[in-house]
Amino acid sequence: MEPRVIPNKQEWSWRGFVLQWEWLLVVLILIVFALNASLSEFFLDYGNLRDATMGFLDKAFIVLPMVFIILMGDIDISVASIVALSSVTMADLYSHGMPMEWAMMVCLAVGTACGWINGMLIVKFKELSSVIVTLATMIIYRGIAYILLEDQAAGKFPKWFKFLGWDYVGNIPFILLVFAVFAVAFGWLLHKTAFGRKVYAIGNNATASRYSGVEVDRIKVVVFTLAGFMSAVTALFLTARMGSSRPNIATGYELEVIAMVVLGGVSTAGGKGRMIGAILAVFLIGYLRYGLGLINVSAQSLLIILGLLLIFAVAIPRLKLLRSPVRKA
Amino acid sequence: MSAKIAKFRELGLLVFIVLMSVGVQLRNPSFLTWENINDMITNTAILSILAVGMMLVIVTRGIDLSIGATLALSGMTAALAVSHSPGLSPLAAIGIGTGIGLVCGMALGVLVAWVNILPIIATLGMMNVFRGLTFESSGGKWVSAHQMPDSFKNIATGSLLGINNLIAIAILVYAVAYYFVSHTRTGRRIYAVGSNPESAAVSGIHSARILWLVYTIMGGLSGLAGVLWVSKFASAQGDTASGYELSVIAACVLGGVSIAGGVGKISGIVLGSVLLGILNNALPMIDVSAFWQMFIQGAIILIAVLINALVKRGIDRNNLMRRKI
Amino acid sequence: MAGTEYVLELKGITKIFPGVKALDDVYFKLRPGEIHALMGENGAGKSTFIKVITGVHAPDEGEMFLNGRKVSFRNPTDAKKAGIAAIYQHVTCYPDLSVTENIFMGHEKIAKGTKRILWRDMHEEAGRLLRELGAGFSPKIQMGALSVAQQQIVEIAKALSVDAKIIIMDEPTAALTRSESEELYRIAERLRDQGKSIIFISHRFEDMYRLASVVTVFRDSRYIGTWNVNEISNHDLIIAMVGREISQLFPKKEAGIGEELLRVEGLGRTGYFADVSFTLRRGEILGLTGLVGAGRTEVCQSLFGITRHDKGRIFLKGEEMRVRSPREAMRRGIGYLPEDRQKQGLVLQWAIGRNISLPALEKISGRGALQIRKELEIAKRLAEKVSVKARSVFDLVSSLSGGNQQKVVFAKLLTAELDVLILDEPTKGVDVGAKSAIYEIIGDLACAGYGIILVSSEMPEIIGMCDRVAVMREGRIAAALNREGLTQEAILAASMDDGANSYGQRRAEA
Repeated sequence: MEPRVIPNKQEWSWRGFVLQWEWLLVVLILIVFALNASLSEFFLDYGNLRDATMGFLDKAFIVLPMVFIILMGDIDISVASIVALSSVTMADLYSHGMPMEWAMMVCLAVGTACGWINGMLIVKFKELSSVIVTLATMIIYRGIAYILLEDQAAGKFPKWFKFLGWDYVGNIPFILLVFAVFAVAFGWLLHKTAFGRKVYAIGNNATASRYSGVEVDRIKVVVFTLAGFMSAVTALFLTARMGSSRPNIATGYELEVIAMVVLGGVSTAGGKGRMIGAILAVFLIGYLRYGLGLINVSAQSLLIILGLLLIFAVAIPRLKLLRSPVRKA
Repeated sequence: MSAKIAKFRELGLLVFIVLMSVGVQLRNPSFLTWENINDMITNTAILSILAVGMMLVIVTRGIDLSIGATLALSGMTAALAVSHSPGLSPLAAIGIGTGIGLVCGMALGVLVAWVNILPIIATLGMMNVFRGLTFESSGGKWVSAHQMPDSFKNIATGSLLGINNLIAIAILVYAVAYYFVSHTRTGRRIYAVGSNPESAAVSGIHSARILWLVYTIMGGLSGLAGVLWVSKFASAQGDTASGYELSVIAACVLGGVSIAGGVGKISGIVLGSVLLGILNNALPMIDVSAFWQMFIQGAIILIAVLINALVKRGIDRNNLMRRKI
Repeated sequence: MAGTEYVLELKGITKIFPGVKALDDVYFKLRPGEIHALMGENGAGKSTFIKVITGVHAPDEGEMFLNGRKVSFRNPTDAKKAGIAAIYQHVTCYPDLSVTENIFMGHEKIAKGTKRILWRDMHEEAGRLLRELGAGFSPKIQMGALSVAQQQIVEIAKALSVDAKIIIMDEPTAALTRSESEELYRIAERLRDQGKSIIFISHRFEDMYRLASVVTVFRDSRYIGTWNVNEISNHDLIIAMVGREISQLFPKKEAGIGEELLRVEGLGRTGYFADVSFTLRRGEILGLTGLVGAGRTEVCQSLFGITRHDKGRIFLKGEEMRVRSPREAMRRGIGYLPEDRQKQGLVLQWAIGRNISLPALEKISGRGALQIRKELEIAKRLAEKVSVKARSVFDLVSSLSGGNQQKVVFAKLLTAELDVLILDEPTKGVDVGAKSAIYEIIGDLACAGYGIILVSSEMPEIIGMCDRVAVMREGRIAAALNREGLTQEAILAASMDDGANSYGQRRAEA
């Protein structure tokens, strides 16, 4: 065997730096800003922008773990139902006299438990896809929310609870600060730790990961549990902003969250994408909505735009593949 | 072996349906009245028409979450058409609705079959597009009973040779579907693609075309169901049939359609739909709050797929035991 | 035209895949009513060649003649219409559909006009074909319920149902016991007598001597030659296939054999294997061989914690252990090089370095975070140790040749402190040059004190490398052979015999 020298220094490549999906998102955000600013004089007002940011950040908490889930090649469409169930549980317990602090704890616990159940079902029944499992739990979780509150609203929360959704620290919204902390934590977990590396490995090739000693099942359960927990965090902020809870809150959040993740460049085939992309996509969609709202585009049209955005985000990278001349063996 | 299992499952469903009916009847004697049974069957008719399409989709390892929205869009379009020109014949209304559904299904089919988007993502996205279009087309308003001509409302209430139209249409759909899936080449290829996509490619089956066809059929049936729905309830709204896709999926998995693809029988989904229809009708009659319905439906889906998985494991284990190693 | 003597003739076929020349100027001639063996080691280009004949791949260069007429197939359907049918190594079927449907998929019988499927006619025809092939099961049964041998018969029935003139059998006996193989031989002979031409691919000499009249050998994607079977000696044929004397290929180093590392007692898993017992010592290479499907891989996978065994005990360095996951197995000191390196061994979309570090991520983490510098150091050191040919550790493994990919998988094993290495078909799909490099790595590892279990179907490899050999048959260890008694005949006899005949007798008959 002749000895070989194999370099392990990577060269900086301008091409690689420039050709990143994230730049596209940055450009899109700038376009949205420019367009909106020219269409409406109110758009660039700091107070407005700040309050708009507070308005769309609630669901952004779920985007963070959803990046992990889609990276693993799975999907979780039950997150909106988890938001509803944990919010309703909290409101119900509070209105039955439980101290708010305790009710908030229960809210987080319920969300975490829901996520853990999803994870366990997916791991123990490998013949079922995460699509069908979370589809079923999606109905069940919201179903329980309906059983608890029927079509009532529960609320009358203490004043300080509203702080979560509406208040500022200095001039910065509290929710933005919390989101920033979580975003950094999740970004670090995904990109800097062994755990994150394993998530990528699972998304690219779960079998090979398992054969390489990666504890695939445990990681899946942890990730789905995190999604449950973060859904409960969303529930806290959303409930605080709404001032009350209903079983039908957060309807359609799963679509928005998945759209954000996919638009952020995370491949639904698994294994490709970055946290920063998804976070940029949160702001892109958020400001797009805000701007369209300012120029009086109806909520229904927003629905159409969001659906089309999701389709295009998935379709664009695939169309390129479609045209490649390589024939599959 | 698995043919036996399928028979066993169908028998089990049948027994369950009978037992449940008897149980409910004992609690509430108005359950098995002619009126209520008629109501139940007409409700089930729409569900089971959709289940036929959903079965084909699931057989190819897909799923379609957009059908509630497709149903609403085509129902709304048909309702708007008849409210604008009351002279329109009911058949034309059905044609319009089904046509809209077909177009929706074709678009979805292209996304799934040729652009290769995961069915769950594609249908989730298009669901919102269709739902948004429904609101847009009506300007957010309802089309209510008094805006619809009687001829249109008669689609659902009228009868053909003494059989309610809805039931007649459902039976016709079953018959055609049965012939299609078991006696035509295209029908069998749907199962081949679902059973083993790789070999389907090697044996020269155009999988993409089959997938496209399946979603198109699903769309067409949703469109048809949309017209029937609007005619039956004599109202078209933006949120018509919101979440109905879940009932349809539940009917399919109850009827033994395998989420892993390749397996599903018309007789199974008919029983699944009937069971679900009775359940939805019976629960209020035995004083179960309507708010339990959603939970029960979800639980049914989950339990059905878990049992399917466990039964499959049992069969595999038996096959292994037979090897005597 | 001179070519009309042959039903099928291929001239100068070349097929290039990105980065690999899978076929390089290959020739082949097939006479009517002939059984023609196509031989070569794994990765010699046989499978690609078949895919060219059956229209799955279009050749980049060369011509194909059918009954003297030049043809070119654009897709599998074209080839099927021309009367060419292939029975693949891994049966491709629809497990949820009936046998009849499997046979007629793609060419169902339909009524004129209505295009209705004629089920009754199809069932009858399928039943007739199956009876002709001596099968005792009903065509209405579900495909998934059949054994591998039965499924193979269905595949043959499928070929007959399109009235194929040329039938290609790709390693059909690889998973069959002796009596099942015997049944297949009889079927093949009967088809030959009916005037059909058969291309029989195998790397088992037994098959060739028993059936074929002509043999063509490929090596390293190239055409080596064609001989009448009775004109070429076993020895020359091996040289044609391997390219050199076996003794040169296996520079067996004598490793010092030390203390016992692994002892397995009565290991069993319902439906897969039973009563498996053996020991492995430091520095020893234990061969595990037998037919495909005899349970070799299953035993290894349960030692490595991929699947659970339900009977028996495993002792590692004298201590009893239960492995529940690959992670635990690796911590205890057992490593596994899987059979399918692309699906099980590597993350193809990743660079070499990331692949190597995957089993050792905890080791290169400090205070929670990965230390990239440490990772790259380990990657570089190990990649150099097994001499991967690459420009840097950032090259994607998908861009490497089979042999180099396998070296990366070896490098992954070296990241952990292991005592026992289980190597499952380590040279599968690897060219000859890389093979000897891999043998050298294995030899070095044994010398370095690892205990090695070498699972392989390649007879020369087992004989050349191993100190002891366990032969498995139908989930049990059929024979344990020492180095002295290690011959091809002994191994074959142990792996195939299901009590019908002994090898010597059968050779005499043939």
